[in-house]
Amino acid sequence: MILSGAGAVFVRELKQAWSGGGGVSLPLGFFAGACSLTPLSLGPEADLLRAAGPGVLWIALALSSLLPMERLFQADLEDGTLDAYAGSGVSLEWIVAAKTAAHWVSTGLPLALIAPVLWIMLQGPVSSMFQVAIVSSIGSAAFFFFGAIGAALTAGVRRGGLLITLVALPLYCPAMIFGSAALYGAASGGDWTSPLMLTSAAALFAIACSPFASASALRAAID
Amino acid sequence: MAIMTVFANPHRFMSVSRPFAWIFTVAGVALIGVGVYMGLFLAPADARQGDAARIMFVHVPSAWLSMFAFAFMAGASLVSLVWRHALADVAAKSAAPCGAAFTALCLTTGSIWGYPIWGTWWEWDGRMTSVLILFFIYLGYIALWQAMDTPQKASRAAAVLCLVGAVNLPIIKFSVEWWNTLHQTATFFTGDNNATYGFKAPMYVVALGYLSLFGGLTLFNMRAEILLTRAEMRLQRRLALG
Repeated sequence: MILSGAGAVFVRELKQAWSGGGGVSLPLGFFAGACSLTPLSLGPEADLLRAAGPGVLWIALALSSLLPMERLFQADLEDGTLDAYAGSGVSLEWIVAAKTAAHWVSTGLPLALIAPVLWIMLQGPVSSMFQVAIVSSIGSAAFFFFGAIGAALTAGVRRGGLLITLVALPLYCPAMIFGSAALYGAASGGDWTSPLMLTSAAALFAIACSPFASASALRAAID
Repeated sequence: MAIMTVFANPHRFMSVSRPFAWIFTVAGVALIGVGVYMGLFLAPADARQGDAARIMFVHVPSAWLSMFAFAFMAGASLVSLVWRHALADVAAKSAAPCGAAFTALCLTTGSIWGYPIWGTWWEWDGRMTSVLILFFIYLGYIALWQAMDTPQKASRAAAVLCLVGAVNLPIIKFSVEWWNTLHQTATFFTGDNNATYGFKAPMYVVALGYLSLFGGLTLFNMRAEILLTRAEMRLQRRLALG
């Protein structure tokens, strides 16, 4: 009963994300735009871009994942969907986990898929495209699940978008450090698997903690 | 459990806390004065750093307090979430500005000391970065309290944020061992005799003074918070009666 309830939420969220309204395409546009502006500010020299590219790509991915967070729980809180969820008999932890997972599948994975293209625009080696996609998909899971805590904490706040940034960015640090280390490893042909494993550890930690913290924060917003 | 419930009553808290707030604050200021005097005039100058090392008497205790204050807030947040203790979230909220101030003091004094000794105002070393992040968590915590409409909602959300942010405390503690780049490792409680007694004593006195001042100011903040809630309730009652 619990799993089918969470599954239904997961499917509903995916359908909503892909049914238009710009939910998915806006963060993708932001990600591409932020990376394309970088050569305009740093200058187009290939060596400089090659040195700065992995770091720029990673911070742009982190900020793109924060962008859609504001509406993650707020929309459902405003129209009463969360109240219905709370009274459905399925624990809020499962619902939050399903919502965040669906959000990651619908937005995080597309971000990870266009990351290799932006990687090449920033003069990254073509041979490491595959690694970039892997690192970005795992790193974005960490960003989305940590970001969900910030989204839940600020769900009841009007214009809480900037507050999410302040709340979630400290949580982003481990994935920030190890994810960009993995990208630099991939760019230089060096060791990229050990920072990738630490990024995965951050993602798993986020997935394990986020539903409990977010559900607890949402309960306060509901009553 | 018994001690916890005794002070769960705001009325009882208000009736006994005022003298303690004054005693802690006055004792804190006095201890800081004594400690600073000992540090500036009685302690020997450092063999290699000369008088520049004296800023450590401000820096190290403020670093301890920045972490102690957050640990205190995390404990209070846990009590507030688990037992719905009436004063725990007021305590956590009241401690936050003091903790943030100690963190800012720690960062600035460290930076001022770093320029002549390390030759740089700032380095992205593990210890410094993690303390900077602690400062941002303090700011986020305070901002979250201010952003919410009702104290009930704010207290739950802030408590969750505080517990999540407490993950940073062990990172700060062990950062100097994990990424040993620039900041020195623990020298105080290791039995290492490089830091002599004359150097350690003022540090302890200042730390005690900070702790006492932290307690006093937090109590004053808590009292102000409770009085504010009462004033608002009275105003609403008057409005309701017309």
